[in-house]
Amino acid sequence: MTPHPAPETGPLLGKLSLDALPLHEPILVITFIAVAIGGLALVAAITKYRLWGYLWKEWFTTVDHKRIGIMYMILGLIMFLRGFSDAIMMRLQQAMAFGGSEGYLPAHHYDQVFTAHGVIMIFFVAMPFITGLMNYIVPLQIGARDVSFPFLNNFSFWMTTAGAVLCMISLFVGEFAQTGWLAYPPLSGIAYSPNVGVDYYIWSLQIAGVGTTLSGINLIVTMLKLRAPGMRLMKMPVFTWTSLCANILIVATFPVLTATLALLTLDRYAGTNFFTNDFGGSPMMYVNLIWIWGHPEVYILILPLFGVFSEVTSTFSGKRLFGYTSMVYATICITILSYLVWLHHFFTMGSGASVNSFFGITTMVISIPTGAKLFNWLFTMYRGRIRFELPMMWTVAFMLTFVVGGMTGVLLAVPPADFVLHNSLFLVAHFHNVIIGGVLFGLFAAINYWWPKAFGFKLDVFWGKISFWCWVVGFWLAFMPLYILGLMGVTRRMRVFDDPSLQIWFVVAGIGAAVIAVGIAAMLVQFAVSIWRRDQLRDETGDPWDGRTLEWATSSPPPDYNFAFTPVIHDLDAWHDMKRRGHGRPVTGFRDIHMPSNTGAGIILAGISLVMGFALVWHIWWLVAASFIALIGAAIVHTFNYKRDFDIPAATVAAVEDARTRQLAATGA
Amino acid sequence: MSRESTPGHADHPHEIEMPHASLRDYLIGFALSVVLTAIPFWLVMTMPLSAGATAAIIMGFAMAQIVVHMVFFLHMTPKAEGGWSLISLVFTIIVLGIALAGSLWVMHHLNTNMMPMPHDMNQLP
Repeated sequence: MTPHPAPETGPLLGKLSLDALPLHEPILVITFIAVAIGGLALVAAITKYRLWGYLWKEWFTTVDHKRIGIMYMILGLIMFLRGFSDAIMMRLQQAMAFGGSEGYLPAHHYDQVFTAHGVIMIFFVAMPFITGLMNYIVPLQIGARDVSFPFLNNFSFWMTTAGAVLCMISLFVGEFAQTGWLAYPPLSGIAYSPNVGVDYYIWSLQIAGVGTTLSGINLIVTMLKLRAPGMRLMKMPVFTWTSLCANILIVATFPVLTATLALLTLDRYAGTNFFTNDFGGSPMMYVNLIWIWGHPEVYILILPLFGVFSEVTSTFSGKRLFGYTSMVYATICITILSYLVWLHHFFTMGSGASVNSFFGITTMVISIPTGAKLFNWLFTMYRGRIRFELPMMWTVAFMLTFVVGGMTGVLLAVPPADFVLHNSLFLVAHFHNVIIGGVLFGLFAAINYWWPKAFGFKLDVFWGKISFWCWVVGFWLAFMPLYILGLMGVTRRMRVFDDPSLQIWFVVAGIGAAVIAVGIAAMLVQFAVSIWRRDQLRDETGDPWDGRTLEWATSSPPPDYNFAFTPVIHDLDAWHDMKRRGHGRPVTGFRDIHMPSNTGAGIILAGISLVMGFALVWHIWWLVAASFIALIGAAIVHTFNYKRDFDIPAATVAAVEDARTRQLAATGA
Repeated sequence: MSRESTPGHADHPHEIEMPHASLRDYLIGFALSVVLTAIPFWLVMTMPLSAGATAAIIMGFAMAQIVVHMVFFLHMTPKAEGGWSLISLVFTIIVLGIALAGSLWVMHHLNTNMMPMPHDMNQLP
């Protein structure tokens, strides 16, 4: 279906009308029916088992960093399934559309699919996953009771979720952007995208961006202010270090994204000409600004996972991490350098030789600290007693995969080579190679590594291995053909192809995607089987991997207050040091513990923001005004809530800790 | 935890104290701000120098003014917040410097190479 002219704007519903429902696209109708049935079944099940009150009291309104972390992971997982179904649709379309066939996706739909795939995978999969991971692990690793601003944490989570929900609404009401994941103008300007797709894009990112920025601030303050006594900066666990750098990047760069999207919003809503073709606007300025955010963003994603690999390698090699100091400095170098490379995303836009060579060289320089990290991991493994448990398998797969992705990245950093390869499937293969091989493999390592901490039982190894092998094999099958096609000059985002000799590569890539789908299914089965068999997989010690950092000092799952007494740190691998010195768990002398109270303000504020975002997308101005007033009002009402904290009585703490003592005695630890 | 009462946190290595702002500091800051404002005004009103030199000097005074405000009113000394204020300020300046200088450099090149069309608004439809 071709883009239709901009609809009339009414006073009551703005641009919204029945035409906005995609009833003419059977794929969407069937998806909607499936989603509706699934959603109704879920709601019915929750109602039948009377879980609404439990969910509201214990989860939706929680300010506990551990539960918020888990909710972030669930959000990431749900959105991952959506993003992956987009990927499968693209692979199928490209494998079919040869020899005069148009495939099965109309252009209007296909363009939305590749845009939504990119947006969702970056903003609503990778970001919630790493934020959730940092939320869960960082306070435990530094010996804190919670993050610095627990309510803000809850609010951040719900804002991210509101952005994701707005993005998902576009699937069934109206349309999503058809511009590619960064929505370059002039295509994303009002002249070329007169419908609501780009507006959905803008407002879902702006709402989620509030959450991301605030959670970045929150975690930085937590790491700087709430570390246990004795934990100087150079005694922080590497995961906490890389999280600190990632959050500094978030705080420094997300405002750039917000400002850039705000300017695009003004172009679309207020008729300004920042990025238009005429009246002095410069679309190139948008590309420049968005990549000032966009390049650090990829380091925001990968840095925390570098920390995960460090923890996993050290734990499963039974050795202290090789070159801790160089690891920290390499992370800081990457943090700074990531600001100096953004132009390599648009070498071909027409800068001169001096600009291109500067940014080409800075890009290549980044591979030096990254290479140093890789050698540190290898030297950590060298002469270590390596246990190939699932987290370690993912880590080794990461090292092998990521090196290839890194090298094609250095290749693309050479401007003359980039002139040949830019905008081709080679580029697509490269960034999937580093994002799947780095970020996703790291997340899977982290999930397998810390799942026992979060839930008190290990993940099933059999299904974990099936998932692992399907993912690794599927990845190589799906993306190596894209490298080859890219070298042959096939550009990205194509819907149909003329040259029939290319089809075989797309078919292979499609098979690879199918193998990955099996890997994802195996992972879901792994979760289900592990929950089903949780009593056999139970870990009573709280330290199933013989861990080295402080999170393993607590029970699994940790009590609400994490640590009954704040531990004192003497060594980099604090828990390893405590075990070595025969540190005894304190069993008496418990005191009241001051904790923050749950509050529903976060979900309410985010819910109102969602309504406002929807109203802004559809130009329903009365609803924009009403929800804006409601937003301010709800925020003011929240400031009058004085029931913000409570004390866990010493008796309760003692009861919990005594139970833990008995549990440890039973395991013989 | 907004109201931290965890035992042990008192002997935190980076125990934070806001520097005590004395009246003297505020008066020095005020006096410096007045002087740094008055001189540019005088330069503009009497024009003893060329326009270019005046503009350059005013920019210099503006920079000094920013530093005075940060030191005397915002208390951003190397010791504030255990040094974190200063570090984050330096980091912010570096990032802003990179983004602004880099954008100007990049956009200058792009504009020279890629924008041959006239920017005369009257010729546009």
